[in-house]
Amino acid sequence: MVTVSVAWAPLALLLVVAAAWWAACLDAVVSGGRWGAPAAEAARLLRQRRRTLLAADRLLWRLGGGGLLVAALLMVAVIPLGRWTLSDLGVGVVWFNAMDVLVWALVWMAGWGANSTHALVGGYRFLAQALAYELPLMFALTAPAVGAGSLRVADVIAAQHGLWFVVWMPVAFVVFCACVVAFSVQGPFAAAAAADIGGGVLAEVSGVDRLLLLAGRYALLAAGSAFAVVAFFGGGDGPWLPDWVWTLVKTFAVLSVLVLVRRRVPLLRPDRLVEVGWVLVLPLTLLQLLVVSVVVVVR
Amino acid sequence: MTGVVQTVLFWGLGAVAVAAGVVVFRTDSMARATYALAASFVAVGAQVLFLHLDYVGVIVVLMMVMEMAVMAVYMVMFMGMNPALMPMSMVHSRKTSLGVAAGAFIVLAGGALLVPWPARRGAPAVDLTVSLGQATMGSKMLVMLVVSPVLFSTIVSALVLALPRSRYDRLGDDLRRRPAEDPQPGGVGR
Amino acid sequence: MTLQAVLVIAAALFAVGLYGAISQQVLVMVMMGLELMINAVILAAAGLWWFLAPTPDGHVLLLVVIAAMTVEMAMGFAVATVLHRSRGSDMTDMSTDLKQ
Repeated sequence: MVTVSVAWAPLALLLVVAAAWWAACLDAVVSGGRWGAPAAEAARLLRQRRRTLLAADRLLWRLGGGGLLVAALLMVAVIPLGRWTLSDLGVGVVWFNAMDVLVWALVWMAGWGANSTHALVGGYRFLAQALAYELPLMFALTAPAVGAGSLRVADVIAAQHGLWFVVWMPVAFVVFCACVVAFSVQGPFAAAAAADIGGGVLAEVSGVDRLLLLAGRYALLAAGSAFAVVAFFGGGDGPWLPDWVWTLVKTFAVLSVLVLVRRRVPLLRPDRLVEVGWVLVLPLTLLQLLVVSVVVVVR
Repeated sequence: MTGVVQTVLFWGLGAVAVAAGVVVFRTDSMARATYALAASFVAVGAQVLFLHLDYVGVIVVLMMVMEMAVMAVYMVMFMGMNPALMPMSMVHSRKTSLGVAAGAFIVLAGGALLVPWPARRGAPAVDLTVSLGQATMGSKMLVMLVVSPVLFSTIVSALVLALPRSRYDRLGDDLRRRPAEDPQPGGVGR
Repeated sequence: MTLQAVLVIAAALFAVGLYGAISQQVLVMVMMGLELMINAVILAAAGLWWFLAPTPDGHVLLLVVIAAMTVEMAMGFAVATVLHRSRGSDMTDMSTDLKQ
């Protein structure tokens, strides 16, 4: 694994934005729109004047809106593109986990800052949902780390040479993907921004803030897909093509599947989700972890 | 990273951590107070990364941001009077506290500067995360074996304290009521 | 970056936390003060570990400190909930009636 200079960070940001863009376009097309719809919307939002609200907590509001994109970029910092990585951190898997926890704070701040009931309800809904998905996500992330015997992302990729983790950790993979959709506030897990509370955290944001928040959600989905590729699909492992092409191809494939599948599932209520997450999904993930641990010990 | 840049960054993070800590007790907004504390922890987490404790640093950031997200809910829920709507002093014995805090700082910082610290013993392992993993699962396993029941009993006792309803409220006096009577039904339908 | 620098920053954090823990009336704010003090302890322990004895033992000790912090928080939240339910308040001054 080659650690490249921080000067390459803009390229990483560009890739994240491109993937987010692709997800938004794909979503627009399958919902009956045009490929250009996200571009048109982005242009409209860039020209739109910001709405000002009485006694809004602007600092937290802006932090929450703009922070999602930053969190996605920080996640990508430990994900290698082929053999190049921005940071070969020894605890890369935990780093990814810490960055997805930032989303808890950011979405709540985006809801709180507006000083509006619906937005605040959206923020609280996200916290309830976060309590439901975070533990399964942590244990789903633990499975590849145990399989590789390391928290370093490069080691996790190297351990999958020959047999990808998705083959013998299917439960962890599915749980991880669901959690990625959940922390990017999308599809069935979009209760925090649902129509029944007038858009929730999106209710009052306008202009650039809205663009950042919408883009941030897609960027998180993209960063999560990229991590699914390194944790379960062997990273840049693949025949013929160079490894960096494989990383990108797999990331876009996982991202597209997530975008397409999340549309087929109805919205899940966060208050119901907590029990499902803790009573059903968490034990399943722990069982998966047990299987992985036994395999690692016996092997 | 060169030594100078590192020193400047380290002191900068320290200043951020202390300033955010001061903001916690100065601001009128409950949300800002909570997230100022989170910012202080993130700065200290980054400083701990500088001290080569990668795992501890990242864990501090992970845990404290999560905890402060929950803390914000408690602050909004439990602050009897909302200082953001009705600015008022929520402190007692302010002068004593300031005096005690200043005294503590002088004693601790003076100690830090005056004590002749011994030379470093031992060298750090090549991969500190691996050595930590081997310690927790090897020579120091007893510590982890003690910590885990403590954490588990904390969960149980905190729930026992905080829950207003027992299983008799849910399932009836003979514990036979199905489905259980919950003010907020769960998703599994137990 | 020296041991003294780390310890001075930690002392400042500890002092701010101590001020909060003594002066605040609301239990949750007292907890914030305690948190800040533990924050300082983590920083100081990390500094002492790296500059004096970078062995795995100290590393494990830091994990124990963090575990202690989670216990403090969980119990603090639980007590705050109980107090709030029984008194409709969580001011520390009002929960001292055992003294009388």
